[in-house]
Amino acid sequence: MAADPIHQFEIQNLVPLLKVGAAEIHFTNSAAFMIVAVGLTAALLIGATAGRRLVPTRMQSVAELTYELMASTLRNSAGEEGMKFFPLVLSLFMFILMSNVVGIIPYTFTVTSHIIITAALALTVFFTVIIYGIYRNGLHFFNLFLPSGIPGWMAPMIIVIELLSFLSRPISHSVRLFANMLAGHITLKLVGGFVVMMGSVGVLGTAGAIAPLALTVALTALELLVAVLQAYVFTILTCIYLNDAIHPGH
Amino acid sequence: MDPMAAKFIGAGLACIGMGGAAIGVANVFGQFLSGALRNPSAAAGQNTNLFLGFALAEAFGIFSLLIALLLLFVL
Repeated sequence: MAADPIHQFEIQNLVPLLKVGAAEIHFTNSAAFMIVAVGLTAALLIGATAGRRLVPTRMQSVAELTYELMASTLRNSAGEEGMKFFPLVLSLFMFILMSNVVGIIPYTFTVTSHIIITAALALTVFFTVIIYGIYRNGLHFFNLFLPSGIPGWMAPMIIVIELLSFLSRPISHSVRLFANMLAGHITLKLVGGFVVMMGSVGVLGTAGAIAPLALTVALTALELLVAVLQAYVFTILTCIYLNDAIHPGH
Repeated sequence: MDPMAAKFIGAGLACIGMGGAAIGVANVFGQFLSGALRNPSAAAGQNTNLFLGFALAEAFGIFSLLIALLLLFVL
């Protein structure tokens, strides 16, 4: 049996909520796991720091380290003024991190493996950058597309290139996260399928199935690394894009 | 040619792009390591740049993998 590796990403309707014309709105498994991610984030950040001890407990220490990591990343890349975006950045990081990590548990659903979710997150960042950039800098925001010190005859070319690179940001920002999650989960499913296939052959097959089983365990560890790393990368890129909104000159 | 066969050949060809991403990612980490060993005290401050370079290099491999997956499962 070759299990369909795409099947795990199917959205299932759990509870029908309301009907608007021909469109039906359901409470889906995606929504359920988003609530799980938000609940875990709240449990970690609110629950663990409720004690507010001077010498932190283990969970409080985890929450404080996460907070400090995000705060220093944002401060280093966007400066002190960037700290007003700290709630956005920390929320993005925790939501993506929890979605990714919960998704590794078998039989769960990975929210971030759907491009509509990651595109919504990336477009939020994209429009935050544009709106805040124009609000703060006015027309100076468009200096972003023309680095200073460029010879005049090169300017038209550079502006086109910079504009294209700016407009393609939300695409690469969202596809990176979604495709990493998708590819990782498909790989896990395929290698897990090898175990079942070899196990059904006989005694020799069962002995041979140890190799793909060990590979599955190793890949799960790798996926855990990728889950945390991609959440971090998404947040770092958010910080760097926010820096462009605050300091548009190159 | 059988369209199914063309699809699988296309998916295989798309995966070649991942080799380039592998070279790129290896380059990012290799150069970081050689720089970090020369001046370990400056290495910690460059973690953001390290992961940024890694993410940018990796993205293109992911794009080609995505093309392969689209050919295999969607189109």
